[in-house]
Amino acid sequence: MAKISIRNLNLFYKNFQALKNINLDVTENEILGIIGPANSGKSSLLRAINRLIELDGATITGEILLDGKNIMELPINDLRRRIGLIFAIPIVLPGSIYKNLTYGPKLHKKLSRRELDDIVYRALNAANLWDEVKDRLKDSAATLSGGQQQRLCIARTLAMEPEVIMMDEPCSGLDPISTAKIEATMLELKKRYTFILVTNNTKQAARVADKTAFFLSGELIEIDRTEKLFTSPREKRTNDYISGRFG
Amino acid sequence: MTFRVGPRTNQIIAYTALLIMTVITIFVLFFIIGFILKNGLGQVSLKFLTERTTDMGKAGGIFPSILGTLFVTLLAIIIAAPIGVGSAVYLVEYTKAGFVRRIISFGADCLNGVPSIIFGLFGFIFFVITLNFGWSVLSGGLTLAVMILPTIIRTSEEAIKTVPRAYREISYSLGGGKLDTILKVVLPTALPGILTGVILGIGRAIGETAAVIFTAGSSLGLPTSIFSSTRTLAVHFYILAREGISMPKAYATATVLIIIILLINFIAYRLVHRFIARYY
Repeated sequence: MAKISIRNLNLFYKNFQALKNINLDVTENEILGIIGPANSGKSSLLRAINRLIELDGATITGEILLDGKNIMELPINDLRRRIGLIFAIPIVLPGSIYKNLTYGPKLHKKLSRRELDDIVYRALNAANLWDEVKDRLKDSAATLSGGQQQRLCIARTLAMEPEVIMMDEPCSGLDPISTAKIEATMLELKKRYTFILVTNNTKQAARVADKTAFFLSGELIEIDRTEKLFTSPREKRTNDYISGRFG
Repeated sequence: MTFRVGPRTNQIIAYTALLIMTVITIFVLFFIIGFILKNGLGQVSLKFLTERTTDMGKAGGIFPSILGTLFVTLLAIIIAAPIGVGSAVYLVEYTKAGFVRRIISFGADCLNGVPSIIFGLFGFIFFVITLNFGWSVLSGGLTLAVMILPTIIRTSEEAIKTVPRAYREISYSLGGGKLDTILKVVLPTALPGILTGVILGIGRAIGETAAVIFTAGSSLGLPTSIFSSTRTLAVHFYILAREGISMPKAYATATVLIIIILLINFIAYRLVHRFIARYY
């Protein structure tokens, strides 16, 4: 069974329809890459899945299912704990590295100092950041470099022990080395998590995604195994996009 | 015919003009403080600070007035700060940007511009007479609270508005509720700005005469409860000077008042910076 199923999803911002009748499945322990030019509805899809679009006053029709259950029927805090979202620009909360990581877990459970230490260690370790910051956990998170901040954001999501991790262009502001580190982290983590990776960088999708979906103007044009989509796409528009003819 | 100068000369003229303006501002500030300190500092002694006032202020110290100022200001801040910050949170987080919020902000700005004597008159009629609190620390504190409330609301509102939307989204996406987000992310981030508003409020309250002379009264007795009438430092100074009781004592009182205000500003400034250093 699919981890996340999206059925006939339409999404509206006032008079603008950002997503048009989307149907797709996300398989457990896989990375689904989503590519497409700006304003194709990629970010809206992620924000719909963890219901962040409600802050924007957007409305949806259709269904989003997590493990077969409609997300609108799940408690919202629980849904957001289970589906983490990592933003394009790494934004650390004011406060120390340690505080950034414990903010989420502390909202959901009362935890002892020891349990918190353990969560921090495991999250940083999984995000490949522990060795770089272990001696400065009490330092302000803003003192980290851009790539480190993005890995801290990933660790912050991991600390919630989510089931699905959604990333919205997580490497758009990073240098190739930081990007490689984050991609390595993803490939390592997909054994335990399910990923949805929105990216402007088609090569990144080709490198890490198991399946890739191509979005254009709010429509899902094509979804297929990554090798298939990049080598012999069914749609001409997909081929045009991945070969750089537009977008 | 127009008078033309080269860009370099232009720069020099602009630079000189701006420099002169800055120097004037700083000079005026230091001149006032220096003038008061020069005339007053010699009169200030431990005895002056700790003794009770005698002979209408011609002799003795200003201990009752120091206490009175402290009580009235403290009461005003204890009342105004939570209400002000609470209103600001409500305005920014719970109302939609639009007509209502604009009306309230506009109202607060107007209240900010109302002369303090109007607040004094209001306090006298409402707190002193209608509610029958009499001339007291309570009436004075409440009046000052009403007076500084708009300042605190407006500065807190601006501070809360500058908290990036992304912080809120992160908090929500980590499963935080609205209240968690406000208490644990928005308010700590806005705290330096909020504190600035509170400090401005303290500054206004502590130096206020018109609003307290009608409401806290001008008794020279030691304030023992919130229903005691008291004379704040600013009022004491005003009466000493206005009625020609003793100019040296007036300067000494003003000196103490200035030093207290400078101290509060200094401490608050340090606190804010220490907070920023720790959290950013």
